[in-house]
Amino acid sequence: MIAILRGLTLLGVLWASTASNGAQVSEPTGEEIARRSLEAFYYAGNDMRARIAMKLVNPEGNARNRELTMLRLNLGRAGGDQRYYIYFHAPADVKGTTFMVWKYPAKEDDRWIFIPAVKAVRRIAADDKRSSFVGSDFTYEDVSGRDLDEETHALLRKEDFEGRPAYVLESRPKTPLDYVRRVSWIDRERWVPLKEEYYNARNELIRVFTAGSVKQAGKHWTVTARTMKNLQTGHRTEVAFQEVEYGVGLSQEVFTERYLRDPPRQWIK
Amino acid sequence: MAQSRPRRFARPWTSAAGALAIAALSVPAPGAEGFSLGGYIEGHVAARLGDVTCPAGTACRLAASDLRARLKVEGSTAGGAAAFSGQFDLARDAVLATTTGKAREFYGDLVAEKAALRVGRQVITWGVGDLLFINDTFPKDWSAFFTGQPLEYLKLGSDAAKASLFPGPFNLELVVAEFRPDALPDRRRFVFDDPLPAGPSRLLVEPHSDPGGLEVSGKIYGYWDNWELAGYAARTHFRSPAYRFGATEIVGRYPRLHTYGASLGGSFGKSVLTLEAGYYDSREDRSGTDPSVENSQLRALVGYSRQLVEDTTLGVQLYAERMSDYGAYVAALPAGFPRKERLRTIATVRFTQLYRHQTVILNVFAFLGLSSSDRLIIPSVRYAVTDNFWVEAGANFFGGSGGGMFGALKDNDNLYVTLRYAF
Repeated sequence: MIAILRGLTLLGVLWASTASNGAQVSEPTGEEIARRSLEAFYYAGNDMRARIAMKLVNPEGNARNRELTMLRLNLGRAGGDQRYYIYFHAPADVKGTTFMVWKYPAKEDDRWIFIPAVKAVRRIAADDKRSSFVGSDFTYEDVSGRDLDEETHALLRKEDFEGRPAYVLESRPKTPLDYVRRVSWIDRERWVPLKEEYYNARNELIRVFTAGSVKQAGKHWTVTARTMKNLQTGHRTEVAFQEVEYGVGLSQEVFTERYLRDPPRQWIK
Repeated sequence: MAQSRPRRFARPWTSAAGALAIAALSVPAPGAEGFSLGGYIEGHVAARLGDVTCPAGTACRLAASDLRARLKVEGSTAGGAAAFSGQFDLARDAVLATTTGKAREFYGDLVAEKAALRVGRQVITWGVGDLLFINDTFPKDWSAFFTGQPLEYLKLGSDAAKASLFPGPFNLELVVAEFRPDALPDRRRFVFDDPLPAGPSRLLVEPHSDPGGLEVSGKIYGYWDNWELAGYAARTHFRSPAYRFGATEIVGRYPRLHTYGASLGGSFGKSVLTLEAGYYDSREDRSGTDPSVENSQLRALVGYSRQLVEDTTLGVQLYAERMSDYGAYVAALPAGFPRKERLRTIATVRFTQLYRHQTVILNVFAFLGLSSSDRLIIPSVRYAVTDNFWVEAGANFFGGSGGGMFGALKDNDNLYVTLRYAF
């Protein structure tokens, strides 16, 4: 009898909690969507290793190809400091060049490059985070994420986007940049961006990001094919994540001058 | 032309043998993971500008004209515990009419979690200066640099063993190397006034026969927040010869040099700041009374660079070199010899712009001799025509007072073109 009563009490608690949840069901705010998307897209796992093929295509259709391995480590919570390490496998003349970024969301990054031909490590003056990443149509921020507080975020609507349920989010930089408005379609279940449109002050569409393929790697949904197209120049960059792993066990030591000079062979394959 | 005595044969072989031994450990089957083959074919021509009267024996119209094939081979064991790397050049030099095969680098690596060992011919670059070297006393090829060869040829490989330790917050590097002199501009390619009399024969004696001739260099480095700090010490030699007049010949030797120094690099905002200083202890002329040997010196540089706008960077450096025991130097200097300054100062400016998705690089580098009123200005433009093929055109403009290092080369202005196909 006592056992049954306990069971009923438990049911009652469960019912109450479900009911109270039900009562609170409402759409997440624009800020929450932006935060979940940043976490899923730029901070998945504690660390990441990816082998990446990058194709830069000019309006005439001529392509340049880069192949690189990217290592990434989160130092603390999602949205916080990160370390990035990039090794170039191709083209042949830059093979062995390595590049390191210590990313701080709220201030300028520290960046270093190692030039194997002269065996020299050079610190690079960090310019605007909106500048091109290795000549591609992606900016540094497109690669490593934008500080949430630098934009305001508003949920416009919910809609299906190419068969996936999506939030349509509008983000506006607090200080006007090359864009003044960004509209993103964010997967409601996987939280990765499916498309982003960037508009300038004249409300012209200037850049478009599209996720061509989203796959699960371990427990993390990953955009394994992505394109950034510059509509003003007609130039585009296509990126394919050929291998991606999370939680591989990278340490902070990997992101130092030692490994900039001599790549960690267990990760760079 | 000065001749080197034959090099002692023992030591180069020991380092090559070390490289080979590690290479043998680390060579997987070709085609296996961890083995790679690459290289390039390169043509380079530097044409002298201006109407210059060249002495007999100096290539007048072309200061450089080479065709080179580079083969690069690398291999490592699966976990990376052992590896090797080799870069071999076969070059036809039309100016000197020679065809040579050289190992630019050939070394073996043994790597553990907290330590690494590299044995063989290797290029080592230390310090934070941009084309100004204080604590990097490793050998350089200024002849290649002044004829517009790609920057990598400025650095020569050292036959060395390099041990690295990574105990934790800071790292240590210890290099034991065989002596190798700098390749200085010589009269086969360059026109300049020779301070030495033309009559007696000349002989260059490299310090291999000296039982203590090995060079030992050490570096300790680490981070302090996001700044890089490093300390350096070296027991080495001057890499340009000090000449003494003998009975029948002029003998050039490479005097002992000990150096001690430190460097700092960091960024604040969008700017990068670099500082480096070093003391050059001239062991064979500590009193400063031997005019043929450099006096001790204090050297320092400060550098600043920043992005002006996207893909446009400006860098400036100020460099100073202060001679110790200047009074003793002046007193001992024979009559008629040009007197060096007590304080030598140089400024450098680098301006770089990237275009067309970073496939076009425009660069201007200038050395400006502040104390000596001379200069070297190097404009260049490089275009990556495809991923595998680039072409660079540039120039070296020397000028100013003939008493300065760059002004002394003022008859050597050149225009160069390099083409490289990499595979």
